Amino acid sequence: MTGVRVLVGTRKGAFVLTSDGKRQTWEVSGPHFAGWEVFHVKGSPADPNRLFASQTSAWFGQIIQRSDDGGRTWHQPGTPPGEATTTPDGFPKGESNKFVYDTSRETGKPLTTHQWYDGTPHAWEFKRVWHIEPSLTDADTAYAGVEDAALFRSTDGGKSWDELAGLRGHGSGPQWMPGAGGMGLHTILLDPEDPRRMFVAISAAGVFRTDDGGSTWKPANRGLRSQYIPDPAAEVGHCVHRIAMHRSRPQVLFMQKHWDVMRSDDAGESWREVSGNLPSDFGFVVDVHAHEPETVYVVPIKSDSEHFPPEGKLRVYRSRTGGNEWEPLTAGLPQRDCYVNVLRDAMAVDALDPCGVYFGTTGGQVYASADAGDRWTPIVRDLPAVLSVEVQSLP
Amino acid sequence: MIRVVLPHHLRTLARVDGEVALEVSGPVTVRSILDVLEARYPMLRGTIRDHVTGARRPFLRFFACNEDWSHESPEVPLPDAIASGAEPLVVIGAIAGG
Repeated sequence: MTGVRVLVGTRKGAFVLTSDGKRQTWEVSGPHFAGWEVFHVKGSPADPNRLFASQTSAWFGQIIQRSDDGGRTWHQPGTPPGEATTTPDGFPKGESNKFVYDTSRETGKPLTTHQWYDGTPHAWEFKRVWHIEPSLTDADTAYAGVEDAALFRSTDGGKSWDELAGLRGHGSGPQWMPGAGGMGLHTILLDPEDPRRMFVAISAAGVFRTDDGGSTWKPANRGLRSQYIPDPAAEVGHCVHRIAMHRSRPQVLFMQKHWDVMRSDDAGESWREVSGNLPSDFGFVVDVHAHEPETVYVVPIKSDSEHFPPEGKLRVYRSRTGGNEWEPLTAGLPQRDCYVNVLRDAMAVDALDPCGVYFGTTGGQVYASADAGDRWTPIVRDLPAVLSVEVQSLP
Repeated sequence: MIRVVLPHHLRTLARVDGEVALEVSGPVTVRSILDVLEARYPMLRGTIRDHVTGARRPFLRFFACNEDWSHESPEVPLPDAIASGAEPLVVIGAIAGG
């Protein structure tokens, strides 16, 4: 490995942070798409120079950006300016920001409604892309998790997107309800051992799994308990904040739920709590060490009403036992007067040895640890509020 | 030539400086101007009006000759000063946010 590239989405643009394998000195590039909310930036495992970014605005809607040179230059996939907007056959060229729910008779599902905050039916309405998950094997294929919750796929490098309507239409969709931040599909996990299996997580609906490449889906929430819904053990309605897996063991999943840190050893068929001795089991992020499948990281947040670290101390907690037994990691992190949050897509690990761990805060800091969490240093301190952090380990 | 003033972020997306000049054939309306604008700058599709319904995005408004045309039918002919290029059609974003 020659280095790492950290991709940061913020409230006011994207930033690309690069370093060599030592991860001591950093170059910062950005802001890209200055002034726009960038919910997520992620690179293709099949081609590290290909990056996708979700750029969004309440004024101008959704934009998808793509880079083919590792983030130096960007473009909206599809028709360049000045060229014909249709093919010679008269078909429209790609519209990379067009996310339309599939209600067609052949491939789609009726739009129906989901529940609003007060339990009344509410029409499905596309708002933004929360998360882009590039294919593990094909640089032109990527998945997009959107608000209102649905899953889209592009197979042409982001030029056009089609809904995998079996998720929204599998049966429980009318019961889904938004969390405080909206009804977003925020997590997409691709099974490296089975290309037809993937997991998604939705706030506040829960986890869903497909075993046939996205055609059919089923809830995967057995064992979750949420006191804030009428039936605490309901099949759907759980506010899952994040799930994570280790690529060597994709049947084992870790979850940071609204409250509770959970673990599944059977690909989401059942879950058990592993919060153990955490000072709070509320939080947003969870991630797994790149080389140790039983080493897990979370950042406890005080409560659902107070989105900041307990006692004003920013602590990452690490378990080396797959949960239940947690140790605080504090070296280099503020241990007084710290009231930032760490949002659900804002933690990542690199593949170097020792494993690097990264997270971003709503206060604009991006912290890095080059030794699996033992010591932390801020790469940058004063970015806009960080929405997402991803990292690429460069060959 | 029809003149169009876009907000900063849309000029950035379209990679243009200043006003945009467009040749519009037929009646000069908000719809015909946006049709030509989006054909020339396809990266603006979906940013001013909805891809499917064509509805104006809620945080945007259209001004012509200091008059608000946001709530008029997009089929209504715009003033002669817009059609002649003496005045621009102005796309304005709501002042909000942080």
